[in-house]
Amino acid sequence: MHVPKVLKIKKILTESKSVKTFIFDWNFNDSLLKPEPGQFMMIWNFEDEKPMSISKIDFENNEIGISIKNIGSFTNALHQLNNGDKVGIRGPYGHGFEFNDFKKILAIGGGIGMAPIASFTEFAIKNNLDVDVISAATTSNELLYEDRLNDAGANVFTCTDDGSCGFKGFATHRMEDLLQNNVYDLIVTCGPEIMMKGVVELANKHNISVQISMERWMKCALGVCGQCCVDDSGWRICKEGPVFWADDLNNIKEFAKYKRDSSGIRNYY
Amino acid sequence: MLNIELCGIKLRNPTMVAAGIMGSMASSLNWIYDSGAGAIVTKSFSKEPNKGYSNPTSVGVTGGIINAIGLSNPGVEIIKKELNLIKKEIPKVASIYGASPDDFAYTAKEVEDLVDMIELNVSCPHAMDGCGAAIGQDPDLTFKIVRAVKNEVSIPVLVKLTPNVTSIIDIALSAEKAECDGITLINSLGPGMKIDTETATPILKNKVGGMSGPAIKPIAIRCVYDVSQVVDVPVMGVGGISDYLDVVEFLYAGASAVQIGTALMDKGPQIFNEISINLENFMKIHDFKSIDEMVGLTHRV
Ligand SMILES: Cc1cc2nc3c(=O)[nH]c(=O)nc-3n(C[C@H](O)[C@H](O)[C@H](O)COP(=O)(O)OP(=O)(O)OC[C@H]3O[C@@H](n4cnc5c(N)ncnc54)[C@H](O)[C@@H]3O)c2cc1C
Ligand SMILES: Cc1cc2nc3c(=O)[nH]c(=O)nc-3n(C[C@H](O)[C@H](O)[C@H](O)COP(=O)(O)O)c2cc1C
Ligand code: FES
Repeated sequence: MHVPKVLKIKKILTESKSVKTFIFDWNFNDSLLKPEPGQFMMIWNFEDEKPMSISKIDFENNEIGISIKNIGSFTNALHQLNNGDKVGIRGPYGHGFEFNDFKKILAIGGGIGMAPIASFTEFAIKNNLDVDVISAATTSNELLYEDRLNDAGANVFTCTDDGSCGFKGFATHRMEDLLQNNVYDLIVTCGPEIMMKGVVELANKHNISVQISMERWMKCALGVCGQCCVDDSGWRICKEGPVFWADDLNNIKEFAKYKRDSSGIRNYY
Repeated sequence: MLNIELCGIKLRNPTMVAAGIMGSMASSLNWIYDSGAGAIVTKSFSKEPNKGYSNPTSVGVTGGIINAIGLSNPGVEIIKKELNLIKKEIPKVASIYGASPDDFAYTAKEVEDLVDMIELNVSCPHAMDGCGAAIGQDPDLTFKIVRAVKNEVSIPVLVKLTPNVTSIIDIALSAEKAECDGITLINSLGPGMKIDTETATPILKNKVGGMSGPAIKPIAIRCVYDVSQVVDVPVMGVGGISDYLDVVEFLYAGASAVQIGTALMDKGPQIFNEISINLENFMKIHDFKSIDEMVGLTHRV
């Protein structure tokens, strides 16, 4: 338990200008290793280890996928890897999305926040739920998973900040449109906290429950070091999270305000 | 029934969270107290901020985990703000570390008014720059640090020792001679190491880390048993506790109170409530009227 499994990269998919998906063979028979949408893995490249959502859970082909946006030294190093190179994977960790008995879902991902939204959407459709997806990005060559999720059976609506593809504007504008013409009983969202804050406010107005997925700096991912705890509840993003109900945000006062760096110093948004 | 008095401080029960476990923020420490702990202990902090080691900082091993978090903390100035946010009614222990007696004394003085006790971490097995176990393995240095802090503050001072020494009794006696008010036993064991068998690479970035969890409990029990026999100050037992029977064992071995760390991985803060309820039941069944009656029972049978 809690030891990285070192696996060979089976396939690498270029998803957008800055995002690649890495596919690995995975043993779903071991119940401790069976991931749920919304959970994450600790990815080890023998230099560093960082949290990454599970963007693909493929029970048929016994594969999982991790989608990585190149934004810094670790993610850049991973982008240099090739098929057959090895990576360590520890997990799955955290509390994922809850499905209960929802029927029609709106899933909203901003940027790399689309990663858990993708595995969520495919999983929900497999379970005969109706899913509309808003895939939001800054510009067209950063849009994620449009074809993949359309093929899976979702209705995918794209939007870009600059209007280079799909709707021009923020995810919340797109969402407002969709809420006019559809009745959803659940919204799930992952992306920049400012975006998710807007999603939650709009959903509250329409009385729809929301699940959000958060990120904080992680070290142990085991729930002991306290690095990922949030104010005011003290909840651990790696255990009680990363997915929360919007109601829980009453106890996460730092949401969309600040997060702590690796020594615990607050950085305000 | 579970209440105790430790170095003059009243606690509702003898359990505390161990240093470094969900201990950097007021929010998580408040949650731990609300979940039933008798007191809280902060993550060890220092004069200056410390980023700690890079990941991987933790990995599973048989019977527990090894970690090399590297004492990351935002420094005493920011910690003071967090300490201020911990609820007033909570008995608070500040765990501090440093590289020299002056460092320790400075940091202790800075937080003296905000906490009920200080715990000196002279025992982290993976600390940098001569902080940590390098001190706790040397009776003279341990003496100097305890003295320096005792000269500076008037609240009780606990010393947390490492099991990674030839004679823990010698170090404990040296700490007592320097007039510490209590001794915490034990910090994580080792250091230990874990190697990936696919690549022959050590998994922790720091290569080695302190071992914690159920596997180290027998060693912790032995340390508490040995030390509590020779010192007059109270002993805090820590290492591998995951249920109330583990607590009973530590009390029998001579611990006046206990601290719980790695078990929060699987059980979360709720473990404190669970242990309190079960411990009280155990006491009723075994006809104990107070925790004191159980402390050191093994020395008397
Ligand atoms: C639960 C969770 C799920 C995530 N899922 C994905 C995903 O599916 N795809 C993806 O590309 N990214 C994901 N991330 C973010 C990813 O961890 C960071 O992009 C990555 O760590 C950046 O490392 P770097 O060295 O490239 O960049 P750096 O320049 O080192 O860091 C850039 C930013 O990344 C974040 N970051 C860095 N280190 C950590 C750490 N140890 N823990 C948490 N955040 C860190 C910080 O906000 C930092 O400011 C997720 C994060 C969390 C907490
Ligand atoms: C992630 C982690 C961080 C720790 N940080 C500290 C620390 O900052 N200071 C300290 O004195 N001990 C620290 N420890 C040691 C614990 O306080 C405790 O002594 C040890 O883990 C044994 O108890 P356990 O088996 O209940 O975890 C840490 C342990 C872990 C697992
Ligand atoms: S990362 Fe250590 S508690 Fe969450």
